[in-house]
Amino acid sequence: MLRPRKMADFGYHRQSVLMSNEMSNSSFPTVIELVTDIRQGATTASAVLESHLSRIDLRERDIHAFNVVTVEKARETAARIDSDIAAGINCGPLAGVPIALKDNMCTRGVPTTCSSKILEGWKPPYDATVVTRLQQAGAVIVGKTNLDEFAMGSSTENSAFGPTRNPFDTSRVPGGSSGGSAAAVAAGFAAASFGSDTGGSIRQPAALCGVVGVKPTYGLVSRYGLIAFASSLDQIGPFSHSVADAALLLEVIAGHDPLDSTSIPQSAPSLQSALSQGVKGMRIGRIVDLPEGSEPEVLARVDVAFEALKSAGATIVDVTLPSLSFGLTAYYLIAPAEASSNLARYDGVRYGLRVDAEDINAMYGATRGAGFGDEVKRRIMLGTYALSAGYYDAYYGKALKVRRVIADDFARAYSTCDVILSPTSPTVAFPFGSKTNDPLTMYLCDVFTIPSNLSGDAAMSVPFGTGAHGLPVGVQVLAPALGEQPMFRVAAELERAL
Amino acid sequence: MSNASSAPTHSTTLPNGWEMVIGLEVHVELDTKTKLFSASPNRFGDEPNTNIDPVTLGLPGALPVLNRHAVELAMRLGLALNCTVQPSTFHRKNYFYPDLSKAYQITQYDQPLNVDGYLMLPGDIRIGIERAHLEEDTGKSTHFGGSSGRIHGSDYSLVDFNRAGVPLVEIVSRPDIRTSDQARQYVSELRAILLAVGASDAKMEEGSMRVDVNVSVRQAGEPYGTRCEIKNVNSVRAVGKAIEYEARRQVDLVESGGVIRQETRHWDDAEGRTHTLRTKEDADDYRYFLEPDLVLLDPDQEWIDSVRESLPMLPAARRERLAQATGSDKESEAIYVVVERGQDDYVLSVALSGGDASRALVYVQQSFADAGPSPRVPAKDLAVLTVLERDAKVTSTQAKTILAEIVAKGGGDPVAIADAKGFHALDSSALSDLVDVVIADQGEAWAKYCGGEEKALGALVGAVMKTSKGKADGKAVTALLQDRRKSNIE
Amino acid sequence: MASERSIKITPEVVTKVARLARLNLTAEELARTTHQLADMLEHFRDIDKLDLADVVPMTQPHPLKNIFRQDVVVAGLSHQEVLDNAPATQDGRFRVPPTIGFDV
Ligand SMILES: [Mg+2]
Ligand SMILES: [Zn+2]
Repeated sequence: MLRPRKMADFGYHRQSVLMSNEMSNSSFPTVIELVTDIRQGATTASAVLESHLSRIDLRERDIHAFNVVTVEKARETAARIDSDIAAGINCGPLAGVPIALKDNMCTRGVPTTCSSKILEGWKPPYDATVVTRLQQAGAVIVGKTNLDEFAMGSSTENSAFGPTRNPFDTSRVPGGSSGGSAAAVAAGFAAASFGSDTGGSIRQPAALCGVVGVKPTYGLVSRYGLIAFASSLDQIGPFSHSVADAALLLEVIAGHDPLDSTSIPQSAPSLQSALSQGVKGMRIGRIVDLPEGSEPEVLARVDVAFEALKSAGATIVDVTLPSLSFGLTAYYLIAPAEASSNLARYDGVRYGLRVDAEDINAMYGATRGAGFGDEVKRRIMLGTYALSAGYYDAYYGKALKVRRVIADDFARAYSTCDVILSPTSPTVAFPFGSKTNDPLTMYLCDVFTIPSNLSGDAAMSVPFGTGAHGLPVGVQVLAPALGEQPMFRVAAELERAL
Repeated sequence: MSNASSAPTHSTTLPNGWEMVIGLEVHVELDTKTKLFSASPNRFGDEPNTNIDPVTLGLPGALPVLNRHAVELAMRLGLALNCTVQPSTFHRKNYFYPDLSKAYQITQYDQPLNVDGYLMLPGDIRIGIERAHLEEDTGKSTHFGGSSGRIHGSDYSLVDFNRAGVPLVEIVSRPDIRTSDQARQYVSELRAILLAVGASDAKMEEGSMRVDVNVSVRQAGEPYGTRCEIKNVNSVRAVGKAIEYEARRQVDLVESGGVIRQETRHWDDAEGRTHTLRTKEDADDYRYFLEPDLVLLDPDQEWIDSVRESLPMLPAARRERLAQATGSDKESEAIYVVVERGQDDYVLSVALSGGDASRALVYVQQSFADAGPSPRVPAKDLAVLTVLERDAKVTSTQAKTILAEIVAKGGGDPVAIADAKGFHALDSSALSDLVDVVIADQGEAWAKYCGGEEKALGALVGAVMKTSKGKADGKAVTALLQDRRKSNIE
Repeated sequence: MASERSIKITPEVVTKVARLARLNLTAEELARTTHQLADMLEHFRDIDKLDLADVVPMTQPHPLKNIFRQDVVVAGLSHQEVLDNAPATQDGRFRVPPTIGFDV
């Protein structure tokens, strides 16, 4: 059985590794800097790629951010972009930028595993819409990043291929489920990366790894080719070193996709223009009934953030969100219910693992029993139970109503403020194995991030200093649906205040 | 498919006051170019696994997008069945089977597109339509090895996903059907409507129309009994046979003290009986929930109205119209056959060309079986022929000969043909003389006929026809002979 | 509602659910799952406090409607691409173990 391994298994001492200057955000070039330098001929896509590959060479064995590094394909792409640029061809807004993708986005001909044994070795015959848009924008895809199996988890300990380690302290988790994507940016393996966020899976690892992470409004980014965990909650978004990078990256991937029926039928919003507008006159919501349990150092950083915005001209408004704490229950009924259906297709018939047996049902049971890890099995069981005859109304049906109550609470709050500020994660990065014994403790990691998935609103995490053990703290900026512009205005202000 | 509606009744009545209660669930494949939720071809008979895309194959990350034309065809059918079109949603029906690629079927559950319609059967019997909803078809499993390749005891199965995702409409009747004849009439009429509105080619033999039958029995006036669902009923004839068999089985079981279990049964056409397929005890728990990858389907009134306006005249109305024009019974065989062939417009155009409508109906029914909806024979030619016969310018036998020639040549002037063949009906005085000659000649037959032996009439008519060399009109001869007998007896 | 929630999670219930989900569990997994499922469902009783009588269930974030594609064929996967990842094929089709005792 696949279990998250303890640090001892990897031969690491529980000590802080490399808290050098190189680890601070500012030491790695941003996407915008790279694009500018490459376009102006100050450097080349190939040279930029090699510097990232050399960092991968140096530290990937310690970090394990990737399931696969596509070195050859990346070199080919970079070389092609260099020759195109030399020929005066416009290669797009991300020309030559090394980018990593969470290994739950389909990449044609490149293994896509969801960090699960059941999909090991599967090569999709098609590209996700996001992947196509990145390629068209000139991005150089460097590899597929590790995740909690099928994006179920908050620490990347649930990967069938071993955990990813936090670049700030390799005895600690990077968060999850997009832990590989967060770590890849934090460690300078890629200039930016993409993850998926179902209950906080972009924002929480971004906070724990000290990078920017955005969960856009549901429907702003196409889910076509994103391997579904919970379809009504999943959304793709960027990780980056800067708020401006995140705005650019989101502009590239956002906008209507006819292949996704839930894609909002409008074009991508203009976000970079919002960054310099400042927050003068904006109303920032402070949740007065915030659920307890956060580390004091984390709460202290959020207070500093409020002060910074206030001194930049914003007004702080108290809001109440009485249903916030019920989000966990709603989420852990709705997401597993959808997942139990989404993951039923892994049946050993058309692709992926098959464990042979004497009849079809025995084959299904053996294949799925061997192919899925503990957390995935737990959620399939929970979701199957919640949807089954006799229990639907008491569990799934009720959770859908709680979802409405939460969305209504947020809508009420947004009638008095433009955005809301909260911690992203109640804690900084925690040590391996510290939450693996009790699923409910792990689930509490997402108490502040889950609600915006339930409501479908926008939210992002901005690195905002450090907390306990000198580890990164993220502040979450929550905004209403399609409120990306005010959200980025505030995020940019926080970044300036740092 | 031959018309079952006016075929002689095959229904048997159940003994001891038992009554059948029958409901039908009919699946029809819609006649679209692409699948319900993706852009691969909806085409029967291609090489296995060639009409496939990521959605059809249930690949990770693939998402469904609804085919607008499939919705329009489903609405056409719904409106033709007098349904209300309403805002509707899609659910996931979760179960494992190798030809179900996603391990769930996307189907409409508690909010189907079409609800509350009806379909009329001969005798003004109204069969309620509970719903007609959209859903996707599955792939196809073929079972090999073991005992005669059947499901039970096979060695392995091979799966082809070409059919997966083909748009279906499932039409669910209310349990208003009371005889196997009505069930067959229902299926025939539904098929006629499907063809008329162009929703499906409705070929039962290719599986583009599939019938599941729910049968229960009860004492008249009592509440419904426990029902069994019969699958694999692949022809109109089998619908009747399966119902007859199953109702008998249930009555026999109850009368011998047994209890009917709610179960799904399989019709074995070769053996002429049903088998248990699975019982309700091991019924799947489908865990229906709203499909999060799709959005509300809510056709606006403008769309619904435009679909309604574009509907052609439906078979029942066409039969009514043809019956009126030809002075026939709207439930007669000729009316059903001609409308089913789509030749009613042709018959009406013969009438418009000055022809005799009721004769045209008979000619078309009898001689235009393979001519299709637009026969080559100009309506004008047929019109002339019907008038020649009506006005006794040619006998009906001669008319048939002329008709055969016109059909063979794709047209021709009946007057010219009659002249060329020397066809003329005898005028009445000549005919009268001829009848007297035959009476004198066939004294014995004449005596028998006058003595009340009706059979003898035939011999006398035949003799007149023979003597006239076919120029006498059979009906006129019969009338003359009857007159003669009457005056003879007086 | 409270009575529905006090339904006991027994190994029998878990076995039935595992069978529905086509998930073979070892004896150890069965015991652990029974315990964890009971724990979680107990915790999830917190929402019983809420008055949800008049609340309309929310199944999607932003309700869209009438999203369609036109009925036009677009090239899909090649026969090779369809079968490339399959564990077992025969005659251009997917080969699976016998489907004993049920049909749909
Ligand atoms: Mg049915
Ligand atoms: Zn159906």
